[in-house]
Amino acid sequence: MSQPVVELTGICTAFAGNFVHRDLNLRVEAGQIVGLLGGSGSGKTTLLREMLGLLRPTAGSVSLFGFNLNGSDALAQRAVRRRLGMLFQHGALFSALSVFDNIAFPLRELRCLDEDWIRRLVHLKLAMVEMEASHGKLMPAELSGGMVKRVALARALALEPELLLLDEPTSGLDPDRSQNFVDLVSGLQQALGLTVIMVTHDLNTLAGLASHVAVLADQRIIAFGPKDEVMSVDHPFVTGFFGADRRKLL
Amino acid sequence: MSAPPRLHVESGRVLLSGHWTLAAMLPDLTGLQAQLAPQRSVDVVWDLSALSRLDSAAAVLLWRTWGNAWPARLEISPLHRQVIERVAELPHEIAMPPALRIHPIEFIGSLLLKAGRNLQGMIVLFGQLLLDVAFLFKHPADIPWREFTANIYKSGAQALPVTALVGFLIGITISYLSALQLKSFGADIFIVNILGISIVRELGPVLVAVLVAGRSGSAMTAQIGVMRVTEEIDALSTMGISRTIRVVLPKIIGLTVAMPLIVLWASAVALLGGMLAAMLQLDLSFSYFIESLPRALPVANLFIGLGKGLVFGFVISLVACYFGLHVKPNTESLSSNTTSAVVTAITTVILADAVFAIFTRHIGVPQL
Repeated sequence: MSQPVVELTGICTAFAGNFVHRDLNLRVEAGQIVGLLGGSGSGKTTLLREMLGLLRPTAGSVSLFGFNLNGSDALAQRAVRRRLGMLFQHGALFSALSVFDNIAFPLRELRCLDEDWIRRLVHLKLAMVEMEASHGKLMPAELSGGMVKRVALARALALEPELLLLDEPTSGLDPDRSQNFVDLVSGLQQALGLTVIMVTHDLNTLAGLASHVAVLADQRIIAFGPKDEVMSVDHPFVTGFFGADRRKLL
Repeated sequence: MSAPPRLHVESGRVLLSGHWTLAAMLPDLTGLQAQLAPQRSVDVVWDLSALSRLDSAAAVLLWRTWGNAWPARLEISPLHRQVIERVAELPHEIAMPPALRIHPIEFIGSLLLKAGRNLQGMIVLFGQLLLDVAFLFKHPADIPWREFTANIYKSGAQALPVTALVGFLIGITISYLSALQLKSFGADIFIVNILGISIVRELGPVLVAVLVAGRSGSAMTAQIGVMRVTEEIDALSTMGISRTIRVVLPKIIGLTVAMPLIVLWASAVALLGGMLAAMLQLDLSFSYFIESLPRALPVANLFIGLGKGLVFGFVISLVACYFGLHVKPNTESLSSNTTSAVVTAITTVILADAVFAIFTRHIGVPQL
């Protein structure tokens, strides 16, 4: 097997003595689209933050592309971070910058693309997420919830990441848009061999997009594997989550 | 990890291979562009069938090399063709809004208009507060006692140490510098008059106002501003709770009540500092200083000082709350409004101080 894109080993996370994760292991290979499931408060977002290096686990190690994020070399860390894109749950757009500048920001930070190139890329990303070019002038405060999400996705895609982390990508989108989102991500995945890890509660997104499913419960990953395998796992959370919709996923 | 992008030219064929992605291109972007540039105008066959990856950044690069048109002869897989098609669909020139240029006179005018709007807004807020007070007179059960006392504690009690420290140091400084001058005239005992009048009537209130504007005023603007950004203010309204009664009024009344007390405290500590310096520098004993203070400082000065404290406290909190309520939901506006609040509050305080000086010019000055 080739090197895993994300490898979590023996992750323990504790907030003020309360364990959120205990000895958690997860290994995501290149090209997989992993849906991360779990009840609310089970530490899904925390796990994503640990993958990004925003939060240091109490114990255990996180490695991205075979590189340990807790290492100290700032330049190497930046190089790794440029290979991933993150869509935050609430968008986390820079509120002082317009939509155009938000998407252009990571591109400008590279300091080697000219403005024409950046302009085309930004408009390309805007078109990808079905925003009009004229929306580039708007400020984040003027956007609706769904638009914020789409702009945030465009920004996450700006650097053409190899690894895309999505926190609730389709919540707040209408069914039509979330279907388009599914098409967009799966198209990108085919063209670029993206690896995607997403936290979602939307069964349609999961059914349409995920190749693998990881279930976070009882402070660890209780099941990880191809969608249909995981669904047949006999665990109260899994049966409860899929419940009557079990057939829809297949 | 990823194969670097390669360009191979042979007998009228341009062969691209490897990963044509932003990350892979970055290490040698200029070299790659230089390699592509000569192929721009030549009639060649573009063979992209050996490409393993093509992302949109590379697609833009190729499309620009081709001069915004499909090359006559192109070999490419359907998947990669799609990526380039996306770029091709973009309009060539997307008009960016021209940067607005503002004439200096226009700028001054807009500044004045803004100042006028702010003044008007503050008067409206003041009117709203009067209505709220009238409402609370009729419904005393709705008086937000808890918020009121919390604000007195936050902007009053917690400001005591810093105002004392600054007051003490200023007292020492003024006393020391005046003593040097007075000594040369042999007018040592007038140090009491100088310190008494200047600190109680003027320096105490203004000094405290500047400190409090920086400390509590900015905190008020930032707090109300963040509540606006996170829509907490709207949440209050939907619960039927008036934002002015619950959020603004306690802050304004709290600071208006607390300020005279801080002024009294800071003036006292400043006099103590002055007394100490006078003793060290002029050998003026504490008991002499305290005995002659009432003679040198008519009590009217104390009331002027306290009155100033009251007005300054009201002005600072009104300005701070006004700017807080007008924060737009973004970080830039939050920071600029907090700055405006402090600057406006201090300017208005100094303006009010000048007005005080004019109207109280006959009051409290000892006749020798």
